[in-house]
Amino acid sequence: MTGPQPILNSEVAISAADESMPLLKAGDSRWADRSFFAIISACGFCVLALVGLIIYELITKSSLSLHSFGLKFFFRSEWDPVNDQFGALPFVYGTIVSSIVALVIAVPLAVGVAVFITEMSPPWLRGPLSFTTELLAAIPSVIYGLWAIFVLVPLLRAYVQPFLAHYFGWTSLFQGPPYGIGMLAAGIILAIMIIPIISSITREVMTAVPQQQREAVLALGATRWEMIRTGVLRNARAGIFGGIILGLGRALGETMAVTMVIGNRPDIAKSLFAPGYTMASVIANEFTEATGDVYLSALIEVGLALFIVTIIVNVLAQFMVWTVTRGMPARSQT
Amino acid sequence: MQANPTSLVPEIAATGISFRRRAMNALVTGSAAGAVLLVLVPLGAIFAYLVYKGFGSLNWAFLTQTPKPVGEAGGGMANAIAGSAYVLLIASSMGVPIGIGAGIYLAEYGRNRFGDLIRFTADVLNGVPSIIVGIVAYGLVVLSQGHFSALAGGVALAIMMIPIISRTTEEMLLLVPQAVREAAFGLGVSRWRTTLSITLRTATSGVITGVMLAFARAAGETAPLLFTAFGNQYWNWRMNQPTAALPLQIFSYAISPFDEWHRQAWAGALILIILIVLSVTAVRVAASRGMLKGVS
Repeated sequence: MTGPQPILNSEVAISAADESMPLLKAGDSRWADRSFFAIISACGFCVLALVGLIIYELITKSSLSLHSFGLKFFFRSEWDPVNDQFGALPFVYGTIVSSIVALVIAVPLAVGVAVFITEMSPPWLRGPLSFTTELLAAIPSVIYGLWAIFVLVPLLRAYVQPFLAHYFGWTSLFQGPPYGIGMLAAGIILAIMIIPIISSITREVMTAVPQQQREAVLALGATRWEMIRTGVLRNARAGIFGGIILGLGRALGETMAVTMVIGNRPDIAKSLFAPGYTMASVIANEFTEATGDVYLSALIEVGLALFIVTIIVNVLAQFMVWTVTRGMPARSQT
Repeated sequence: MQANPTSLVPEIAATGISFRRRAMNALVTGSAAGAVLLVLVPLGAIFAYLVYKGFGSLNWAFLTQTPKPVGEAGGGMANAIAGSAYVLLIASSMGVPIGIGAGIYLAEYGRNRFGDLIRFTADVLNGVPSIIVGIVAYGLVVLSQGHFSALAGGVALAIMMIPIISRTTEEMLLLVPQAVREAAFGLGVSRWRTTLSITLRTATSGVITGVMLAFARAAGETAPLLFTAFGNQYWNWRMNQPTAALPLQIFSYAISPFDEWHRQAWAGALILIILIVLSVTAVRVAASRGMLKGVS
């Protein structure tokens, strides 16, 4: 008749617990719990404080330029450190144009890759394919830049740019001497860098579309493409759009690879062959050389603008992805 | 019996689906496969060039010597490799504990408004361009110290690591079944002890994977180091002195006009990729073994 026996003497119970369960000997666990909670909350608060710190640093350090140029800063195109005259228009232009070029190239490819991996590829190929496309995201930016300088740019100069100028020169987007480096090279290398982001998010939201939806459309006699178009892509479009915007956010803030191939000239040219400059690369190139206070604060103001834009873009993107993947059943019509 | 379905289906396919629709289907399938091939081309090309160009210039001197002045052949990036390791060590010593702590907070105490706020800011921090992080570390450390330093580089990389580590730690801790926690509580174990020795211990492998992801990303970052660690042609082991880093060295050699330096940039890039892949796989293997011990 062994088994748990009621212990009548409470002192005995405590001493028995002391001997048999070392975990209980933690002693005053309320005090320990409280201090643990305090340490852990401090770590959590750190994350919050870091973002606050970034905003504070950017605003205080750029106040000189904010005061002397105001909003006009973003609409002026002279960049003259000698006379302390600064306008960020060429950098804003370069950032936007290089990102648009990147999106135009990356979006069809990334969505195509996602569609192939989720809907068409044989199951054994699915894992390796998604692993390899994700591998693109693990390559450091400076290695992309290195590759672009020595492989992509010579290719563009020798083959792609003459071809484009010959057949599409009339659009005036592809005019001028084929340097190789310039807006087009920056756009292409950015595209390669953002493809894994867009395609992995697109895959995620496409997998969130319920299987019955596909089966239902197929049962109505649709071909596979019609099933993908009406059954999958239409339901996942908000999430795909979110993935595209997330890619845009990455492209806007990308620094090293772009700095290495865009040419770094603060001009606004219509042709994609011409060298340009982006907000991130002007900071990377000129920050350590900025001699005057106004010069430095103008650069930090460029950084502040870049920060605000990327934050807005990222928040928007995360919201859109969240609307698709939060586990809601797909709505029939919107 | 068997002939019926097989003969029926093509008939429907042939009559029911028009040529235009079938052609469209084939076209889209073809272009999706084409997109995959097109995306794999740059990936293959980058790795092929890294190996082809990098191995050619890789030698013992490259791994053991500091850079030579322009015009002299030879020299290496030993100080940059060591400098990268040094800066990463500083960054990890700050970023890993804070990141894991924040992750624990989010998973164990963060099911409320404040937790949502921190989760949101961690995602915001993750999206901040790395060059901006460099500016902030410059303002925080470099300006107050008066010169570029390894510490400033470490702070910048730590800021990049924290959001990645905290979000993956949270995800991994949430994968631990609630019943495990309840079992510990039921035995009378206090909450902090449960979190550290039961929940975190169970999720160790996943947490370490997250740390390695952050580490690998920080190892390749160049932009935040440009005006914090700054680079150095010589050895440096002091926290408050500028230090060399592998990505910085690759960058400055790549944009230089000298062929010898270009070759060294390729070799440096190959070393960087190898180090990133090696450190990730090594820790992953070690973690999976330790994990097995912890569970059984």
